[in-house]
Amino acid sequence: MREVAVIGTGMTQFGELWGKSIKDIFVEAASGAIKNAGVEHIDSMYVGSMSSGLFVGQEHLGAILADYLGQNPIPSTRVESACASGGAAFRAAYFEVASGASDIVLAGGVEKMTDGADVTDSLATAADQEYEVYQGVTFPGLYAMIANSHMHEYGTTREQLAAIAVKNHKNGANNPNAQFRKPVSLEQVMNSTLVADPLRLLDCSPVSDGGAAVILCSMDVAKKFTDTIVKVKATAQASDTIALHTRKSFTTLNSVTTAAEKAYKMADVTPKDINFAEVHDCFTIAEAVVYEDLGFCEKGCGGPAAEEGRTALEGETPLNTSGGLKSKGHPVGATGIAQIIELHEQLTGQAGKRQVKNANIGLAQNMGGSGASCVINILEAK
Amino acid sequence: MISPRYHREIPQRYRLEAGKCKGCGYVSFPPRLVCPECGKNDFDLFKLDNEGKLLTYTIIRVGSDKFVGKTPFAVGIVELKDGVKLTTQIADVNLDELKIGQQVKLVFRKIQDEGKSGLHCYGYKAILI
Ligand SMILES: CC(C)(COP(=O)(O)OP(=O)(O)OC[C@H]1O[C@@H](n2cnc3c(N)ncnc32)[C@H](O)[C@@H]1OP(=O)(O)O)[C@@H](O)C(=O)NCCC(=O)NCCS
Ligand SMILES: [Zn+2]
Repeated sequence: MREVAVIGTGMTQFGELWGKSIKDIFVEAASGAIKNAGVEHIDSMYVGSMSSGLFVGQEHLGAILADYLGQNPIPSTRVESACASGGAAFRAAYFEVASGASDIVLAGGVEKMTDGADVTDSLATAADQEYEVYQGVTFPGLYAMIANSHMHEYGTTREQLAAIAVKNHKNGANNPNAQFRKPVSLEQVMNSTLVADPLRLLDCSPVSDGGAAVILCSMDVAKKFTDTIVKVKATAQASDTIALHTRKSFTTLNSVTTAAEKAYKMADVTPKDINFAEVHDCFTIAEAVVYEDLGFCEKGCGGPAAEEGRTALEGETPLNTSGGLKSKGHPVGATGIAQIIELHEQLTGQAGKRQVKNANIGLAQNMGGSGASCVINILEAK
Repeated sequence: MISPRYHREIPQRYRLEAGKCKGCGYVSFPPRLVCPECGKNDFDLFKLDNEGKLLTYTIIRVGSDKFVGKTPFAVGIVELKDGVKLTTQIADVNLDELKIGQQVKLVFRKIQDEGKSGLHCYGYKAILI
């Protein structure tokens, strides 16, 4: 397979974008990426979206978005893997370039969640409809059950989970595209409204609109367009049971450990070589569990690591310098691509106040449902 | 939840029917066509014991539109004596009393009403014993 590079990025503001349709949002992000890369054409495109059908009543998203982006007749396909749709779209684009089938491919993601659909019910379609959702469980509810188990097994505390939200809001305050550009205090998190015990409002990612896109191309082509090359060092994906209850453990996500092992092998690195990571903090507990399952520390240390500042911008493994899903926002299908954009900004030294020192290798971890899908991509500055 | 789909699931929802793999003994609820442990596709159907213990739980305070007016309610994961784990509401309980490890049993209850037709949908809920 050929070496693949990311040469351009574009994204919209994340938030409640009342005045913009799903088409407007995607076209803004995608044309931004094409312009930023400086390419004159793209060979094909992949779009991650979790549920445009339920959120805005529009399927056949690949075709409609290629049309409005002015890209007919190139191939355009929507990729769905719940909240990991963006990461999966990136992976599909990677393989198309790596295989030699195309030279320049756009990977994007978009979600429009504020057009009036029952968001809680729509999101819950990423879980088992018949045996989880039928009983009334929600996504915050599934992660709340993971949190209760984690607290019971490892002694993780409420304060430790709150520290994750405080850190991510602090980072997000310096991200111009973030939905919530404001720091929050530990007390604010601890006193926010309960959503699903023990998780509170400020433990949850919000409901968001937003789009993101990147341009991938072969290494030879990349050199014609830019000097600051970011190489895709590895891509890996894994699956686990759709229902949380079927798993042997509720506190280890097998899709994460499996995808991580494959990604580290492909990149020929260990967790110690990863300078920073964007992880799927749809809820604070998810960041704690994923930090452990990526092998950054022993099981059970995800909470203490946040509390002791080890995952802060100045810490040993900065996590979610973009603000994460918590503060940057979580337009579901766009999230996996937005993570890649943060990696690109960090690796090309363009992250401003959020810049990680000596950022050379970054990891993006994007997952769907309660961890039934996980996509991990590792990028490196060349 | 649409009516034909609901009807199809009555054996599991009303009678707790599970499948036991003839190859390796793996118990699957709901029954499946392929054993995730050994790959065989030959199962015996049997009825699960309705007693078990609470492995984890939460209290849903923000529900979907279908559960408007029902919040707050408790949901948990229960492990039955046969080793099967399932997600279920926990009924008739003081929400402050819930604890991991509590002994529970499954009982037959109404779960929700189907939107357009108003069809009553039933199934299992756990109660403390
Ligand atoms: C937590 C949640 C239920 C809150 O929604 P809600 O109760 O409708 O909240 P509202 O929209 O009424 O917002 C109330 C206030 O809190 C703010 N807010 C809402 N969600 C927030 C969040 N996650 N973080 C911080 N602030 C938030 C709003 O901006 C609003 O502030 P304002 O009063 O100053 O305008 C919703 O954000 C949610 O479902 N999040 C989870 C999304 C999810 O499951 N994603 C998939 C993950 S796999
Ligand atoms: Zn078997």
